[in-house]
Amino acid sequence: MEKLLLPDTKDLHKVDVYEAHGGYKAFRKALGMKPEEVTDEVKKSGLRGRGGACFPTGLKWTFMPKQTTKPKYLCVNGDESEPGTFKDRQIFEFNPHLLIEGTLIACYAMGITTAYIYVRGEYGKWIRMLERALADAYQRGLAGRNILGTGFSTEIVVHKGAGAYICGEESALMNSIEGERGYPRVKPPFPAQYGLWGCPTTINNVETISNVPWIITNGWEWFSKIGSPKHPGPILVGVSGHVNKPGVYEMPTGVPLLEIIHKYAGGVPGNKGIKAVIPGGSSTPVLRGEQLEGVCMDADSMKAAGSAVGTAGLIVMDEDTDLIAVLARIAEFYHHESCGQCTPCREGTGWLEKILKRFQSGQGKQTDIDMLMDIANNIEGNTICALGDAAAWPVQSMIRRFRDEFEKRVKLQRIPAEEEAA
Amino acid sequence: MFSPENLKRVEELRQHYPHSQALVLPVLWLAQEQFGSISTETMRYVADLLRVPFSHILGVVTFYTMFHQKPTGKHHIEVCTNISCMLRGSGILLQYLEQKLGIKPGETTADGEWTISEVECMGACGGAPMCAVGEEYHENLTTEKLDRVLAGLEKH
Repeated sequence: MEKLLLPDTKDLHKVDVYEAHGGYKAFRKALGMKPEEVTDEVKKSGLRGRGGACFPTGLKWTFMPKQTTKPKYLCVNGDESEPGTFKDRQIFEFNPHLLIEGTLIACYAMGITTAYIYVRGEYGKWIRMLERALADAYQRGLAGRNILGTGFSTEIVVHKGAGAYICGEESALMNSIEGERGYPRVKPPFPAQYGLWGCPTTINNVETISNVPWIITNGWEWFSKIGSPKHPGPILVGVSGHVNKPGVYEMPTGVPLLEIIHKYAGGVPGNKGIKAVIPGGSSTPVLRGEQLEGVCMDADSMKAAGSAVGTAGLIVMDEDTDLIAVLARIAEFYHHESCGQCTPCREGTGWLEKILKRFQSGQGKQTDIDMLMDIANNIEGNTICALGDAAAWPVQSMIRRFRDEFEKRVKLQRIPAEEEAA
Repeated sequence: MFSPENLKRVEELRQHYPHSQALVLPVLWLAQEQFGSISTETMRYVADLLRVPFSHILGVVTFYTMFHQKPTGKHHIEVCTNISCMLRGSGILLQYLEQKLGIKPGETTADGEWTISEVECMGACGGAPMCAVGEEYHENLTTEKLDRVLAGLEKH
């Protein structure tokens, strides 16, 4: 497949090169269409969000009220903090104008006059790259007031985060832009009704928005034929962990996971077997190596396998991996990142970490296994935002699919203690 | 007190947001860049500048991990130990760094040169294990490569 999001074109981050390769033509084309036609095109294309939830993008856009006296906002989510996810950074670095063009088209389609691109604070270097590209777009009259003489105006502002995973959650992201702590909001009301400063707001992921120019250029029908019919388009898959060639790979949706691991990422070092795979960033349920056959990188296939596409951050673990250490580290992460608003998550993530660390250090008990499950079950679905679920899923799936590992660990620990007693 | 450039920057920022509270994060970034860290006096200054309660600023500063209330060393080395890095040996790197500099994560060397922090995923999983020094990412690290990074920084 021709690479659309991250083509190999040299210096594509420069506005001249981007325009020489057809850049900003989609935006010009969109400006000649009615806003509803643009939204309709995106809706029919079948594009689904690339930030984790796979929600249909065009449908989300239609939630924005047409008649309103309030200003409308777009937030482009570049907080990218899910462990195993490192794709949006590639767009900031190698194709920032595609993101800017997509943002402009989205603003036009929804009648938005200000867009905030929220980028995690750690990406300081990439924020500067994006800001440089944005300054060039402004200079060419592609953003700002009365764009290209059409009378359409929109501002794009890059907003720098300050180190909080939770700000990738859309309502926490809005609070963060408002200068608050990154606390998720109770929904409803949904952002399209009551978002930034109480105004209608849409939040889309960086990669999602970067698909929009291609849909406008080539039409929804063309886009809908790329990859899996129900989850079409190109997707950036980040492969990390035990592979020979870790990195971000662009491919159509629906590529088998085993092909991604072996063909794209060069297989497992030492030709070792695969014990486990986390397919879409740390919160997605873990899969056993043996169950990977036939599982593909699209929403339906992943769901059928009992996991999720998430952010398509694939983490591969070879046969020698200590999964309890991995899970303890994931639990530590969610404990650290819990914002503390909801008791089940604030307390539960700490308990999960404590018990798993105990397991890791050789003090785990048989009853701990069920206790971990019980805590995870009591977090899931009982919190304001999905961070609680994200903390629960890895624990639930790891115990469900690798209970043998936990039990083996308990038995291993038992032997010396029993010998001592004898 | 902000430098004239930063005061100008604050005025520019006001154009981008409908409410001055939204300037809290960008202005705290400016403050940290100018002063190296965000002290209580700085927080009071920002609170006055933006007409936001001091308690609100304190709440924000303590919520976000990248805002520091105490100065870090001249070189702040942040080692990611999250899963992708962990699977590729970040534990060894961190241990090596602790021994080499004689400090634990969260500590600064007595001469004020080095600070080590253990951090969550930095979004460089394809180049694991990694560390960041300031805004610069150093990826695919080995202990030898880390030695070279440190030697390069020592010169500055």
